[in-house]
Amino acid sequence: MAVNADFAGRSYPPSGPYAVDAATLAAFAAAVGSQDPVHTSSEAAQAAGYRDVIAPPTFAVTIAQQCDAVFVQDPEAGIDYTRVVHGEQRFIHHRPITAGDSVVGTLTVDSVREAGGHAMVTTRTELATEAGEALCTSTSTIVIRGGE
Amino acid sequence: MAVRTVAQTTVGETIGPLTLSVARETLVAYAGASGDQNPIHQDEAFAKSVGLPDVIAHGMWTMGAVGSVVEEWAGDGGRVVEFGTRFTKPVVVPQGGGEVEVTGVVKAVDEDAKRATVELTATSEGAKVLGRCIAVVQLD
Repeated sequence: MAVNADFAGRSYPPSGPYAVDAATLAAFAAAVGSQDPVHTSSEAAQAAGYRDVIAPPTFAVTIAQQCDAVFVQDPEAGIDYTRVVHGEQRFIHHRPITAGDSVVGTLTVDSVREAGGHAMVTTRTELATEAGEALCTSTSTIVIRGGE
Repeated sequence: MAVRTVAQTTVGETIGPLTLSVARETLVAYAGASGDQNPIHQDEAFAKSVGLPDVIAHGMWTMGAVGSVVEEWAGDGGRVVEFGTRFTKPVVVPQGGGEVEVTGVVKAVDEDAKRATVELTATSEGAKVLGRCIAVVQLD
């Protein structure tokens, strides 16, 4: 089944809230080999001017992918997840995601296009606090490899 | 860590090369921390059954590990204000582990905004695994 181009431009209601805690940030930082104490020590984070420990630069993808699920798992979207590879990823941080944040994500399907027998879908998730403070714009392009 | 300043930063300066090790255990840890439990990143038999040469790293692990290099250079992870990449080739992680070689170069410094644009190169087994990998760092 082909990817449904009618989804291009579609926006979804905000999803979440997703609670961010210090242990989750520390585990993510360790997994990507970060030695920066702003992810693990609230004292170090506060000395650097943050309220509490902050997320590494790519952590936002873990929340963005939960927000994406409403679209990529929608049978109407026609995305065969067994054929998906991650093509491109970009983050614009408005302020670091911080332990204690309660994050909501608003998903928009920016584009659906076909190229060389593959489909490419670009989604954008705007992450913000429940109070409406902008945190991160996460943009992701997935490639759905064409069938044989 | 001290935050990097504009005065410390010049166009053309380089970061690395640094060699990052990636073991199967690293990918299990990343899977747990990220929630991405796709078996191609953990299970050799499964990865080979879908036509991959071996277990491959999560693209987002590779990007995250390169992000850690940028953080170290910036002096504070919160200073990495923009970060983007294309995923061009997977990092193959055999039983004995794999390696990623990372280098960076400062492409631009905006003295008014106090921002540096850094281009990163990541290779594994001689193949470029990230393309157009660009980070923007907020300097002091």
